[in-house]
Amino acid sequence: MTVPKPVSVPARLTLGPVLYNWPADAWRDFHFRIADEAPVDTVHVGEVICWKRQSFIAPHLPQVIERLRAAGKEVVLSSLALVMSPKEREAMQALAAGAGDAMIEANDLAIAGALAGRPHMIGPTVNVYNEGTLSFLAGRGARRVCLPAELPAAAAALLAAQGLAEIEIQAFGRLPLALSARCYHARSHNLHKDGCQYVCADDPDGMDVDTMDGRPFLSVNGTTTMSSRHVDLLGDLADLRRMGLTRFRLWPHSCDMVAVARLFRDTLDGALDGTEASARLADLLPEADFANGYAHGREGHAFVQEALG
Amino acid sequence: MRGPVELVCPAGTPAALKAAVDAGADAVYLGFRDETNARNFPGLNFSRDELAEGVAYAHGFGTKVLLAINTFPRAGQPQLWHQAVDDAARLKVDAVILADLGLCDYAHRHHPELRLHLSVQASASSVEAIRFYHQAFGIRRAVLPRVLTVEEIADLCANVPIEMEVFIFGGLCVMAEGRCALSSYATGKSPNMNGACSPASHVRYIDKGSKVESQLGGFTINSFGAGEPAGYPTLCKGRFEANGRLSYLFEEPTSLNTLSILPRLIDAGVTAFKIEGRQRGRAYVSNVVRAFRQTVDAIGRGETPPTFDLDDITEGGRQTAGAYERNWR
Repeated sequence: MTVPKPVSVPARLTLGPVLYNWPADAWRDFHFRIADEAPVDTVHVGEVICWKRQSFIAPHLPQVIERLRAAGKEVVLSSLALVMSPKEREAMQALAAGAGDAMIEANDLAIAGALAGRPHMIGPTVNVYNEGTLSFLAGRGARRVCLPAELPAAAAALLAAQGLAEIEIQAFGRLPLALSARCYHARSHNLHKDGCQYVCADDPDGMDVDTMDGRPFLSVNGTTTMSSRHVDLLGDLADLRRMGLTRFRLWPHSCDMVAVARLFRDTLDGALDGTEASARLADLLPEADFANGYAHGREGHAFVQEALG
Repeated sequence: MRGPVELVCPAGTPAALKAAVDAGADAVYLGFRDETNARNFPGLNFSRDELAEGVAYAHGFGTKVLLAINTFPRAGQPQLWHQAVDDAARLKVDAVILADLGLCDYAHRHHPELRLHLSVQASASSVEAIRFYHQAFGIRRAVLPRVLTVEEIADLCANVPIEMEVFIFGGLCVMAEGRCALSSYATGKSPNMNGACSPASHVRYIDKGSKVESQLGGFTINSFGAGEPAGYPTLCKGRFEANGRLSYLFEEPTSLNTLSILPRLIDAGVTAFKIEGRQRGRAYVSNVVRAFRQTVDAIGRGETPPTFDLDDITEGGRQTAGAYERNWR
């Protein structure tokens, strides 16, 4: 077993793809502001959750990509997480064929075959739990892997230490926990997916799902079930860096994501203490509860204050 | 009509294996008694010796034995999973059912003669994903995730060069299997890493006088009136409040039953038909396997299948054809 060694690689921030059905103009303007102001290194764009939403953002994609690149951001094209229908399958093949020099993130193995032999990324809904899988995918061209949410930080560090591909972990936001063919947003409105009336657009950060006794539990985003709690690894960043982890993903929310990104950047740069940064994050999201349990090898909803590693 | 179809039946224990074989299973599937299989529950599964005996019994009746090694090996500790694959080959099982890419790679490189099936936990739901596994590892059969319609399955069968297996009865995952972290979010234990969803160790029933609440990892999953049987709190079958309404948001406590659409699935080109329920007892296995055996045989002879009432062995007495019908979505 390889023991993770501390590394001097600079820490990088990735802004994940917007997972929600935002109005197209808001989606575009959000990315323009990210391009202009957010201290992130990489930005993912593209529809991951429901292909029915793709046509809304498609007209704005070229402009958004251009603006992000002009600002010096690496742009990654994220692909669909659950590929089933002929339309979705064709779209994934077209994405792989037409990406030009842009890197694609495979979120389903439906697109992985078309990416083999060229540099690409693996998203968190492709199961990479161990060095065997990492080695196989790296051998086919995977350069960066964002790990599944439930993987503990110790496992992530072990995978990073293999030196096979850059390892990214999910450090902020509601976590995508489960995928389905069924749309729970539609179901909650007594609709089917085919005639959904795009009710998911009502909930820019997902639809709250509470237990019967009123405790916040989950959040529904179309066919995807997310955590209710927001992951916050600000307080763990110093430990994670020491463990050799270098790249951290922030999931977009309707809060001030530029401010969120600055908290992470400042903490990584040592300009801000993690505990203080966490307190400021809580101020930015006054309604949110936070969690870091997965990183600590615990239940995902837990918030653990012990040191990692 | 296609060639003969294969009835793949659950064997959670040696006793269930015998029951399945005796009731007419073409194949049984089972797992080792550890975290390498996705039904890692107390009191279930097989030791190496029990597997050897099970293989001998099953093969004596011409029944195949398929070994599920369908969790994802722990980072830095793949030995338990590698050993399971090695032992499967040594004990002459007819195929192993795998989900992890790295483990597929290991089996393909170290045991090229071992037949590989792709587990439902691999969530391969498209022609391209299945081809990927076939080309990389020589996978011979894929168990399809319970997210596809009959039409989509027919399209798959027509466009991939390997056998397809589908679930026809029993517990129903409403999420894409292998891509669901709901259980670990609530309990820290996941199907992918620990082989258990909504594990009993994290279940509590709280008596509140006029009602009983079922909890998982401290989260209330459902509530039952006095005298009402309290169901098991599987997370995705619970009642939750969303959009101002209390409902079975993800799925009712219901079981998959495809008896009525079996001819359509056979016509779609599916090779193997899988009954869920390794956690169920001998009586369940005998009843369900016998019903499907007679149905499949009748369809094969071009006859109208007899009708079976399986209400008393389905979850909550409710049944659904699930994702096979498009309006389920």
